[in-house]
Amino acid sequence: MEKKEVFRKIEFILVFSITALSGAIFFAAQDSKAAEEGATLLMATTTSTDNTGLLEYLMPAFTEKTGIDIKWISTGTGKALKLGENCDVDVLLVHAPQAEIDFVDKGFGIDRREIMYNDFVLIGPPEDPAHIKGKKVSEALQAIGSSSNVFVSRGDESGTHKMERTLWKLADMQIPEQETWYRQSGQGMLPTINVAGELQGYTLTDHGTYIKYESAAEGKPSLVILVEGDAVLLNQYSVIPVNPKHCSNVKHEKAQTLSNWMSGEEAQRLIGEFKLLGKQLFTPNAAR
Amino acid sequence: MDFIQDGFIQAFALLLNRDPATYSAISATLRASGLAMAASLLLGIPLGYLLGYFDFRLKKQIRIIVDTLLSLPTVFIGLVIYALLTRNGPLGEAGLLFTIPGIAIGQVILSLPIIIALTATAVEAADNKLHITLMSLGANRRQIAASTLWEVRLGILAAAVTATGRVLTEVGISLMIGGNIKWHTRTITTAIALETSKGEFGMGIALGLVLLLIALTVNISLAGLRRRI
Repeated sequence: MEKKEVFRKIEFILVFSITALSGAIFFAAQDSKAAEEGATLLMATTTSTDNTGLLEYLMPAFTEKTGIDIKWISTGTGKALKLGENCDVDVLLVHAPQAEIDFVDKGFGIDRREIMYNDFVLIGPPEDPAHIKGKKVSEALQAIGSSSNVFVSRGDESGTHKMERTLWKLADMQIPEQETWYRQSGQGMLPTINVAGELQGYTLTDHGTYIKYESAAEGKPSLVILVEGDAVLLNQYSVIPVNPKHCSNVKHEKAQTLSNWMSGEEAQRLIGEFKLLGKQLFTPNAAR
Repeated sequence: MDFIQDGFIQAFALLLNRDPATYSAISATLRASGLAMAASLLLGIPLGYLLGYFDFRLKKQIRIIVDTLLSLPTVFIGLVIYALLTRNGPLGEAGLLFTIPGIAIGQVILSLPIIIALTATAVEAADNKLHITLMSLGANRRQIAASTLWEVRLGILAAAVTATGRVLTEVGISLMIGGNIKWHTRTITTAIALETSKGEFGMGIALGLVLLLIALTVNISLAGLRRRI
């Protein structure tokens, strides 16, 4: 009896020691990994480039060409810019031109380079209760405002949300924050489209996410494209290396290599050839 | 509702085909939570024991603070730890942002109050009668303290089970500190969040089921441990 008790205690202590030991080993293993990660380029980008699969298609070619490993964090443009400002990443691939120019003006980034664009579309129920189909964006938004039909906004400081606010301004309207028909989802693009679908409301989305939504709905989407092709709906993506004068730790040379490669012939051709569900998504437009 | 069915089928496909992305996420999840649990057990059991066993000034107040910390939202922990680990933050030099140990630090903040509070409760509940019995048997103070710790082992195990569940399933910390980087810091929960935002609901359900399977495995082994001690 006495012996068994002692044996149990030893076993109990053993289990805890093993747990602790494995913890220490994990730490050691991770430390060596962290040192190795020092060679990797870190990029902050927006969900649209990652969710569509563009980066997984494009980046292996970059690594093969230059030998530079790259990792990316996909998030809203607001947070991506913040990560750059805080020196947590080396380079940005984002789409909010005005915020990007401010970012560079404040000395956080340098050499902003336009790479490609896709476009935004206004979508809504096929019955189109506010009659916006085929209108210019400004007229369409005014029509939604005067019909008081539900409009769902991202409301999350993302590039799409910033674009939406610009469009209200271009339509000479106050951003309808206080209106009961203006709903802010605070979520990503696809969840926001789903909210709009449930509420039979209108929303602004990038074309790529809409293609995914449409294909997931298998031919019976509850929202359809009503306004597209207006020049103001173009969505410009740029690469911005974080300024090495602002952040001494950034791998600026590698970031510059990425920027050069993205605007070069090979990447531009690959971007043009990238298709999502059979449709071209991004149009390369880097200055040669 | 098709995607729930899809999810079940995909979950098995992922596991049986040894899908490398899924296995990488499983590994990231286990490494982060393993590290976090090891650290929080090592710190939490002694602290919980002290808090439950001894009487001292401010004991009640400390207890209330620990109990309040049980309600820490994971997104909030993520933000606070980010502020510490960012390059410009006080611990920025350590380079822990977007790493597994970084996630583990946040998870320790999540699980430590659970371990401390539940250990302290177990010790308090066991204390009275046991204390008197042991004293009457002529045990000295060290023996009393050691026996009490031994008597509350099941309570400590329960604390570990509860904390493991929280740590395995949290998403706010992993997303903010880990950054959801594929092949590196993408855990199962951040992968679920990503698949959901991509509209791949079936895949999200599948990964959720994979996580449940892991939790089941962990709990079966802990139940085995409980029977033997």
